Amino acid sequence: MTDHAPTIPRLPPLLGQAMRPLPLLPLTVTLSALSRRLAKRHPGMFRRLGEHGNKRFALDPTDLPMVFLMDLRGGRVRLSAHRKAPAAEARIAGPIAAFLGMMHGAYDGDALFFSRDLVVEGDTSAVLALRNAIDDAELDLTEELADLAGPMAGFLRAAVAQAEKQSGVVLHRVDTLAGGWA
Amino acid sequence: MMELVCPAGTPAAMRAAVEAGAHAVYCGFADETNARNFPGLNFSTEEMASGIAGAHARGAKVLVALNTFPRAGGEELWHRRLADAEAAGADAVILADMGLLAHAAEHHPRMRRHLSVQAAAANPDAINFYAEAFGVQRVVLPRVLTVDEIAAINREIDVETEVFVFGGLCVMAEGRCSLSSYATGKSPNMNGVCSPASHVAYAEEGQDLAARLGGFTIHRTPKNQPAPYPTLCKGCFSSGDQTGHVFEDPVSLDAKHLIPALAKAGVTALKIEGRQRSRAYVGEVVRTFRAAVEAVAAGRPMPEGALARLSEGQAATAGAYAKTWR
Repeated sequence: MTDHAPTIPRLPPLLGQAMRPLPLLPLTVTLSALSRRLAKRHPGMFRRLGEHGNKRFALDPTDLPMVFLMDLRGGRVRLSAHRKAPAAEARIAGPIAAFLGMMHGAYDGDALFFSRDLVVEGDTSAVLALRNAIDDAELDLTEELADLAGPMAGFLRAAVAQAEKQSGVVLHRVDTLAGGWA
Repeated sequence: MMELVCPAGTPAAMRAAVEAGAHAVYCGFADETNARNFPGLNFSTEEMASGIAGAHARGAKVLVALNTFPRAGGEELWHRRLADAEAAGADAVILADMGLLAHAAEHHPRMRRHLSVQAAAANPDAINFYAEAFGVQRVVLPRVLTVDEIAAINREIDVETEVFVFGGLCVMAEGRCSLSSYATGKSPNMNGVCSPASHVAYAEEGQDLAARLGGFTIHRTPKNQPAPYPTLCKGCFSSGDQTGHVFEDPVSLDAKHLIPALAKAGVTALKIEGRQRSRAYVGEVVRTFRAAVEAVAAGRPMPEGALARLSEGQAATAGAYAKTWR
């Protein structure tokens, strides 16, 4: 018995090309603020990484003209955007929708590996630890960014909802549970 | 209704399982006392206690797996984890080792004891021995039996039986397989890891994805073909002019359509494999199987729904239950 792998949306190549000339600094600044916030609000995620909590992870969205680096060395979390793949202990590559869908509880990482939507290179243990830690953290990127956006939060949520509808990329947590869990 | 026993590798997966309809969840501590000792997975002592409290508040049971085999002289960790499980309020512990079973029976007599699939008890004599010697109340049957064999076993034992219905499929005698040890020095039985990630390396070589375990290339997957787990038993090897899967194709178990037959065979509980999987997997599989056991209990037709895309090899088999597998 077989059925089809989930269709992971790919951003149109034209969008990637249009983004190519854009400066990465504003994105890195936003990512830095986001990483500080994640470290403060989700300490359990970093504890769960254990011995892998001092490594560098290159996250390579293959349909975007940039590579993200998550650098956990020195007990700090730093997220930055790069034109070319930076040095890292592990590299994970795939469509941006795969990364965001996993983070938001919509896709299973192993299933994306089976279907070849995700490619893993380097320190496999570190990749597994990161995937499990992020899955357990039950992150919602839209809500994290909305909190950073202050008075613009409403506008940001509306814009994200529209982008989600247009692109098929999962931009918020899909499995919000009933309250009361410890 | 048959009891649905569902995997939880993390507290988030436990929440997903319970919210999706799990009657019971099984999980383990973050160390070598359980057979899914993977990086970033499992529960601290505090997470176990709060997870069990949350599950109980929603009417779900929690079964704690302590299903590896303690090393001689190193039993203290396993003994401490038994006490931790009882203190956290576990509904049962899932054990494989006779020494640990004896310790649990003597020191934690009120805690229910289930026999892990890792004990590989596959006949009435073995099961009755574990029941009489250690007060085991449920046995998880190895994935080597047909439905008729399970029915025959159930007629000769007085303990409950639990069988796997979905997920990764070990093709070896569980608890006895040392294939992983040959390539890595580590095994699920002693270290809680089969083909440990620390010994796995992937490389894109041309159009192929090469997977290496302990330095041995165990399969090379062409472009657009599903990638399997890096386990030796699902490896694709070349010998002379032949290339093929020596033990088993990369495929995983889906026995949903056999639930009515398993109920008729006297099975008490249905187990879903996948503590190493995400909360997305857990939620989707548990919802599908909860609908199935409810339909069977109500005498309704089995609901449709394919889960093969979540499966290794993106293909499923009924495994040994129907003996249609190579």
